[in-house]
Formats: sequence, C-alpha cells, structure tokens
Amino acid sequence: MMRRIRAWGPGLVLILPSLIALAIFVYGFLGWNLRVSVSSWRGLAPAHDFVGLANYTALFDDVRFTRFDVPNIALFTVVFVAGALAVGFALAALLDRGLPGEQAFRSIYLFPMAISFIATAIIWRWLLDNGDGESTTGLNRLFADAGLAWHSDWFKSGSRWAIAAIALPAGWSLSGYVMSLFLAGMRGVPEDLREAARVDGANAPRVFWHVVRPMLLPVLMSAVVILAHISLKTFDLFYAMDQKNIKIDTPALYMWFTTFDGGFYARGAAIAALLLLGVATVIVPYIWYSVRAERR
Amino acid sequence: MTAPRGDVRIRSRWAPYVLTARYLALFALACFFLMPVYALLVTALKSPAEVSVVRMWQWPHALSLDNFRIVWPKLRDGFGNSVAMALPASVISSLLGAANGFVLAKWRFPGADFVFALILFGMFIPYQAVLIPMFQTMSYTGLRGGLAGLVLVHVIYGLPITTLIFRSYFAGVSEELIEAAKVDGAGLLASFAFIALPIAPPAFAVAMIWQFTSAWNDFLFGVLLTTKDRWPITVALNNIAGSQAVPFNEAMASALLACLPTLLVYILLGRFFLRGLMAGALKG
Repeated sequence: MMRRIRAWGPGLVLILPSLIALAIFVYGFLGWNLRVSVSSWRGLAPAHDFVGLANYTALFDDVRFTRFDVPNIALFTVVFVAGALAVGFALAALLDRGLPGEQAFRSIYLFPMAISFIATAIIWRWLLDNGDGESTTGLNRLFADAGLAWHSDWFKSGSRWAIAAIALPAGWSLSGYVMSLFLAGMRGVPEDLREAARVDGANAPRVFWHVVRPMLLPVLMSAVVILAHISLKTFDLFYAMDQKNIKIDTPALYMWFTTFDGGFYARGAAIAALLLLGVATVIVPYIWYSVRAERR
Repeated sequence: MTAPRGDVRIRSRWAPYVLTARYLALFALACFFLMPVYALLVTALKSPAEVSVVRMWQWPHALSLDNFRIVWPKLRDGFGNSVAMALPASVISSLLGAANGFVLAKWRFPGADFVFALILFGMFIPYQAVLIPMFQTMSYTGLRGGLAGLVLVHVIYGLPITTLIFRSYFAGVSEELIEAAKVDGAGLLASFAFIALPIAPPAFAVAMIWQFTSAWNDFLFGVLLTTKDRWPITVALNNIAGSQAVPFNEAMASALLACLPTLLVYILLGRFFLRGLMAGALKG
C-alpha cells in the first residue's frame, strides 16, 4: 500500500493547488450561490437567514421572468442552435471533398469566433438598426441600395420574435465552429469505407447518406450541447446590443441587473441557480459520455 | 491535368456544374461572413466629414485615419490593461494546465478520471452562478478593483480547458518514454520537466492562444471585478461605443482596434486556434 501511494502520491501533490482552487471557485461558489438563493439577502449587507424556496416561487410569479425571460431564451436557443447547425453543416458539406481555396474559405467562416461578443454586438447593433426613411442604415440600407423594398425592425421590433434577430450575430460568430466540428467528423470517416460504397455503385449523395451520415451523430450531439449551453449563459452579446430592451431580456441579464443594480442578491442567486440547472442537464451527461467514450 | 491521387471515380458529366455551384454557394456565404467586416472597415476609414448613413455601404472617397486618432486616446488604457491581464493569465493557466494534464495522463492516481470529469465541469458552468460569491470573496480579500483579481479568476476558470488540452496531448506520448525515465530513477518532477515539457510547445501554443483569446474577449468578469482605471478593453469599448451619443464611425474604429490583437493571433496562428476550439468541444 505504502509503495503504491509513493507511486502516485507526488502526482496528486502536484495537481493539488489546482484542485483546491477549482474546489473553491467552482464547487464552493456554486454551493454558496445556492445558499444565497434560499436567504432573503437584499441590499448591501448579506443576510444569513433561511427562507426556503421563497425566492424560486416568487420567480414563477414574476412577469419579467416567466413572460419574457424564459420564453425569450427558449426562442433564441431554438433559432440560434438550428440556424448555426444548418449553416455550419452546409459549409462543411460544401467543403468536405476539398477544392482549391478551401483554406481561405475556412478561415473566412471561422474568424468571427476570434472577435469578442462586445465588438460583435457593436457592429451588428448598427447593421440591424431599425431607422426609417432618410435615417435608414445597416442591412435595411443595403436592401434599399439593392432596390429591395423591404424593411425590418430586427431586435427593436415589438413582436415577441425580436430576440430571434440576435441569432444573426450569434450565428455569424459560431457557425464556423460548427463547420469545423462537422468537417472533422466527415474527414474522420475512413476513406476505405467510402471507397467500398463507391465500388458497390453508390454515387456521392448515397455515400454521404449511408456511410457518412450515421457517423456524424456524435458530432451533431456535441454541436447541439455546445451551442445550447452557450445560448443559455451568454450575457455580453445581449447586454451590448440593447440592454434596456425587455424583448431581448434573458435570465442571464435579469440576474445581472437585479443583483448588481437592484441589490436583490437572493433573487439573482435563484435565477443563477436555475440557469445552472438548465446548463447541467445538458452538460453533465455530455461529460459523462465523453469521458466514458474515451476509455473504451 | 492529372486526377487526384487514388481517385478512381468515374467523373459524372455533371461534375463541372456541381463544382461551379459549390463555388457559388461558398462565395455567397463568404460574402455574408465578410459583410460586417466590410461595413466596419469602410466606416472606420472614412473621414468623419464623409460619414453618412445614406452612403454607409460605399467605399470612402479618401482613406482617413482620423477616426482612429479620435478614439485611440480613449481606448489606450483599456488596451494596456487587457495586455497586462491577458498575458499572465494565459501563461500561468497554461503552466498549471501542463502539470495537471501530465499527471492526469501519465502519473495517474486512483479516481483520476472522475477527478478529471469534475475539473471539466468547471468550463461549462454558467458564470452567473458564481458571480455573487466571487464578488463577495474578491471584495473581502481586497482583490476587487485591480488587475490581480481579474488575472486570478481567468487563471482558475481557465484551468479546465488547459488541463484538457495538455491531458489529450500527453496521452499521445508513448508510455515507454515515461517508463524508461522511471527506470532511470527520474521522479515525477524530473519526468515532467525533462521529458514532458520539452515536447509540449505545440500544446502550449494551443492553450495559450485559447486562454489569451478568452481573457481578452471576456466582459463579465472584467465589468464585475475592475474599476474605471483598470477596465479591460471590452468594458472600455462598451462604455465608449455603447452609448447612443457616440458617432458610429468612432464606434466602428473602436471596435476594430479592440479586436485587432485576437484577429492577428487568429490570422498568424489559426491552426492552433482551431485545435483549441476542438478541445473546447471535448473533441481532443
């Protein structure tokens, strides 16, 4: 026993500082946040009382949370995930068999990923401006210049679909990522499998459908999980687009404003705990699956 | 023209049309992805007098750097703060990640995989769920306000991804190399320093680029933990370009300056950036 500890003991000691830091800053803080969410802390001084689930039940009666934030983030997630998947998959399918200039195309589709959401929002806020007549600008101006009599209010629209317009900058930012995931998946399919199908007389679409597609399911799952969890926790993109617009308000924004502007710490902690619950339901099975798949 | 190596397919007579259609589609999509950059560039490069919403999509009559001259003094401090914060954050986080990755791949202890899964979870949590305790802890320890606290949180929340990158990298190193060193009497630190680190520069490139980009682009931690004279570039940018009163040519010039470093890294070291992305999806 002692000899075995001597064998792996030093390794444990070497990573101990990191483990302690993560134990505090991830698990300790998450637990602490849960604790705040069952207190009545409001204002500057923390409260250490216990009010049960009162903050959670209050949220379910909170119009801002139930009528705007939750439907908004659900709608945004669906439009953004579906859109980025469709565009990313189309890009990968177009590039899969290789063609001259592929490297340049790939770089063009991926570069928005290197730009912060703040800068992205500042550019797109202006491209998606809803000005009319002489003050028409952004995409609406582009359409007008092209002779198209079409005008959209984008995220400033009064409709409950306004938040779907934010899927445009978000998809611009992340479609290249999805493309890279799919492209890696497609190129991971062994060439002799494709070759065998071709020898059997399958044309390119059939090779794709019967050989490549079934092997892309894990990639599809990764992409959905990554995009959905980004969608739930994104804050800065909405914040910099239009922070006072209830039509694009999300739980992440409500948490920020109610906590650090309003001083409703307990309520903010409850919103954050619900966000964590939402993210954990997609992420925990995913990590479990990934670590197990690797062991096999 | 010779056929690509190993390609024995019989070319359909539609092949040239299919290729043309693929190029057209790729080109159209490239236009969509570049359109915001075009708008950004032509606006930032116009002289303030020439800027007008009516002509926003038109090429400038004369190139001018006036916008940059106007906004740079307002951005300079934020730029410096971000450099001073993102560089140490990426170096320290990568070094710790290298040690963690080495242990978890080659010097395993019982339950190492479970510990690894626990570490990984840290990279997916919604940061909203740690903001309040972080705010309290950093205020209590006096680390809120300056850059040191910001570096600390970027180092710690960067550990999962850097550990993951190095663990995958070292997993590809042959066991014999480590075993041979052990037979020669090398302990953990010697194996790490003299065998693992010298072959790890590619993993360092991936980890440091990833960390630099995410620290540079972060807004949430920056706005929570720093005060005005220590604002990172994203917070400064949002304050300058975020208000409606700022002319949009200045907003565009500010946005361009603020993303220049990460764009340069992407253009010069794109393939390392891509590998970081793949690691981020747990795709090694």
